[in-house]
Amino acid sequence: MHWLVEPGLWSNAAVRTGVGVGAVVAIVSAMVGLFTVIRGQSFAGHALADVALSGGAGSNALGFSPLAGFVVGALVGAGAMEAVGVERVRQRDVATGVVLGAATGLSALFLYLITLNSSSTGSTQLILFGSLFSVSAPTFLVVLALSVLVCLALAVIGRPLLFASLSSDAAAARGVSVTRLALCYTLLMAVTVGLSAIVIGAVLSTALLIGPPAAALRLGRRMSMTLVVAATFGVAAVLVGVVVSYDSYYWWPSHRALPVSFCVVALVVAEFVVASLVRRLTTRKSSA
Amino acid sequence: MFSSFMTNAWIVGTVVALLAGATGFFVVMRGSSFAAHAIPNGAFAGAAGATLVGVTPLAGLVTFAVVAGIGIGASRGRRSDVATAMALVMMLALGAAFLSLSAAYEPQVDALLFGEILGVGTSSITPVVILSLGCALALAVMYRPLLFSAAAPDLAAARGLNPTVLEMGFMLTLAIGSALTVPVVGALLTFSLTVGPPAAARLLVRRPFQALVLSMVLAVGTLWVSVAASYQTNLPVGFFVGVLSAVVYVVARVATLLHRSRA
Repeated sequence: MHWLVEPGLWSNAAVRTGVGVGAVVAIVSAMVGLFTVIRGQSFAGHALADVALSGGAGSNALGFSPLAGFVVGALVGAGAMEAVGVERVRQRDVATGVVLGAATGLSALFLYLITLNSSSTGSTQLILFGSLFSVSAPTFLVVLALSVLVCLALAVIGRPLLFASLSSDAAAARGVSVTRLALCYTLLMAVTVGLSAIVIGAVLSTALLIGPPAAALRLGRRMSMTLVVAATFGVAAVLVGVVVSYDSYYWWPSHRALPVSFCVVALVVAEFVVASLVRRLTTRKSSA
Repeated sequence: MFSSFMTNAWIVGTVVALLAGATGFFVVMRGSSFAAHAIPNGAFAGAAGATLVGVTPLAGLVTFAVVAGIGIGASRGRRSDVATAMALVMMLALGAAFLSLSAAYEPQVDALLFGEILGVGTSSITPVVILSLGCALALAVMYRPLLFSAAAPDLAAARGLNPTVLEMGFMLTLAIGSALTVPVVGALLTFSLTVGPPAAARLLVRRPFQALVLSMVLAVGTLWVSVAASYQTNLPVGFFVGVLSAVVYVVARVATLLHRSRA
């Protein structure tokens, strides 16, 4: 094992918390993200992470709890996106873009105010890229509690939501309230994405939301199977990414470790690329 | 406000805003906001990589923006939003790795993300103007096919327009335009200027060419007001660009709603 995992990995408290949080977030993101990919809402999923961070930075600048800031930011952002207009795909694209643009403007202001009021450095990079290794133990409990709530809510709306996502007209004809479901789902996605963004960074949050479900959807058709595969992909990327990042400290004489966010994202993208290639090879074989 | 050290900011800002207004019009027409967001952010990672290797940031910016544009353009079709998301996170993660390996000074990173328009040097004016003219020319050449394939993709394909080639050409133009804009207004706000004013123009005017002109006017107006406000208040210019772009859109939206309810 020594050649594979450098000594002291599991006795490190930061690593253990990081792996725990990463695994929980990976599982919840895989479940929520499956619907994001099916509904074609990747842009909104990514934008909400940035919007939530804007809220987090705002509450930081004004002296409130960042957690409250991110919840308010994400929910307001999701509400605004739905309010601007969602009837057509192209309109939704613009609505997401306008909300995202406004939120980044506010981020610029808040980050400027933070640097005025404190001497701390690295806040911009930490907010954008995050680090699994900087998660504190109390945060872990909050993440766990909110994740359970999101899963419960998803279990309740999952079936009608899937129906509405696959064929909105048929669902509406059967009496499903499609617009209300869409709003519920966007709010749910906002909480998930905002939560993971503030804990592990906006980049990693989007990667875990879109990558594993997209890879799983390329490999299988059955919904329950896809859920399991997506969650497994997500957790595997987090685990291997943590180990690689920890080991990379010993790779260079300068002892500059690769950031854990980079390792996890690279693995997620690799999973997606491999799954796409497998899909392409198998479809070509079956059509030939 | 118009003293000598501000001259560069006004010139470069105006050029960049005109280009963003023009490209943004097609971005809104074709529904490629996500790509317009992903490419500048990827370009930012390229600048970080260039700093690590020791070449000029503009080389890294252009390389990464072009690679991202090709990647996204090639995946055009169904599920292109997933491929865009994957390209975006991969490039940003690379940027994070470059930054932590090179230990760049944080204010430089902030400048790349949020822009430093008041620190534009005289030497950057010529390349920005030349490359902007190139992008404008490319857009003028592709004007009709781009609009045609956005309005009626099937019909355009039937008339012999290759959608992949067209998309690739547009993405490359977008990429080079973004690479220019990033050092001036920042990766995050290049995007605000590309979506807000053009979306507003599209709501207010029906005919495409008039909408394109209005979009450029609104973008330049937004940037001018932002630079002036930033100069007066000392707050970051990105804040004003981001918020004003959204305000322009919301005003246009309310105006059309009122107009429609009266009619």
